[in-house]
Amino acid sequence: MTLAINLFLWGVLAVLVAVAARRGRVVVQQGVRDGALDFMRLLPRIALGVIGSGYLAEMLPREFIAPWIGPESGVMGVVIATLGGALTPGGPVVGFSIGAAALKGGAGAPQVIAYSTAWALYAIHRLLIWEVPLMPARIVWLRAAVSIPLPFIAAAGAMLLGKP
Amino acid sequence: MWRDAQDAQLKKREDTTPLLPDPTIYSRRRPGAFDWSTAFIAAVVGIAAGIVYVRDGQAHFLAILGSDLYLFGDMLPKVAAGCLIGTFVTLLLPREMVLRWVGAESGLAGLLIATGAGFILPGGPITIYPIAGALLAVGADAGAAVAFITSWTLLGYTRALVWELPFFGPDFVLWRILVAIPLPILAGILARLVVRAMLARRGAP
Repeated sequence: MTLAINLFLWGVLAVLVAVAARRGRVVVQQGVRDGALDFMRLLPRIALGVIGSGYLAEMLPREFIAPWIGPESGVMGVVIATLGGALTPGGPVVGFSIGAAALKGGAGAPQVIAYSTAWALYAIHRLLIWEVPLMPARIVWLRAAVSIPLPFIAAAGAMLLGKP
Repeated sequence: MWRDAQDAQLKKREDTTPLLPDPTIYSRRRPGAFDWSTAFIAAVVGIAAGIVYVRDGQAHFLAILGSDLYLFGDMLPKVAAGCLIGTFVTLLLPREMVLRWVGAESGLAGLLIATGAGFILPGGPITIYPIAGALLAVGADAGAAVAFITSWTLLGYTRALVWELPFFGPDFVLWRILVAIPLPILAGILARLVVRAMLARRGAP
C-alpha cells in the first residue's frame, strides 16, 4: 500500500516536472527549490506531530473517551467531537493524530469523522493564521459559518453507511 | 485585502516568467521556522512524554518512540513528493482557465467544477488560499470559492494520501471521503443563499 502510494505520488510529480521542463530549466529549478524549502519548513512540525502523537494518545483519558465520544455517545458525542475539532490547534498532523489516538482509545468512527471534519474545516487557529491573511475576511467568516453543519452531516452519513 | 490578493496574483504571474523571486512574496509565503502554535504543541508533547516516562517506565517510553519513528520515516517520502507536487502545480497552473470556469454566473456547474478543482489541485494552504483569493478578486462568486476550499480541505487526494492515511489506514480514509463528497457542493449552495439573503436585506436588486 505504502509503495503504491509512493509510486503514484512520485509519478504525478514526474509528469509535472516533465511539463515544467518544457517551459525551461529555470522553472524546474524554482519548483525544486520551493518544494525543498516547504519540505524543510514542515519537517520539524511533522516530526513533532507524528512522534508526539503517541505520547498524546497515552495521555488521553480513556475513561472519558468512551462515554463522551464512544460509539454509544450518539448526537451528543458528535457535538462534543465537533467542538473539540474546532478548538484543536496545530499544523497538518495534530488533528489527525489526536483523532487516530481517540479511535484507538475507544471513540466511535462517526464521532472521529465529525472531529476531523470540523478540525479540517474550521479549526479556529487555522482560520486566523492562514486564511484571514490570505483571503478577504468576510469570505473567511462566510465559509466558516456555512461549514458549521458539515461535520454533523458527515457523521450522519457515516452512521447511515455503517462501518467500512 | 482584495488589493492584496490581486497584487499577490500579479506577482505570482511575474514569478513564473522571468523568475527573479520578489522578496515580499517570499516573506509572505513562508512564515518563519518558529510559530506559537508549534511551540504550544511542542510544550504539550514534552509534558506528555515526560509523564509517560515517569508513569510507565523507560521500556514503554521507548516502545512508543520506536513505532512513531517508524511511522515518521514511512511518511517522509510522501511528504517530500507532496511538497514538490504543490510547488510545481502552483508554478504551472493555467489560472486564466480556472477563472473562466468558476465565474459568478457559473451556476451549479461552477460549484461542481470548483469541487473538482479542489479535489485535483494539490498543495498546502499557502497555495490554495491565494488561488481562492485570486478567484474572488477576478469575479468568481463566493459560492464557488467556498466549494473550492471545502473540497480541497475534505477531498484533496494529496492531503489524504500524505497526511491522513498513515494515521487512519485506507478503509477509514476512503469511508470518510465517501461521506464527504456532497459537502463542498452543499457548502457552496449555502454560501450563495447567505449572500443572496444579505443582498436582499440591503435592498440591492
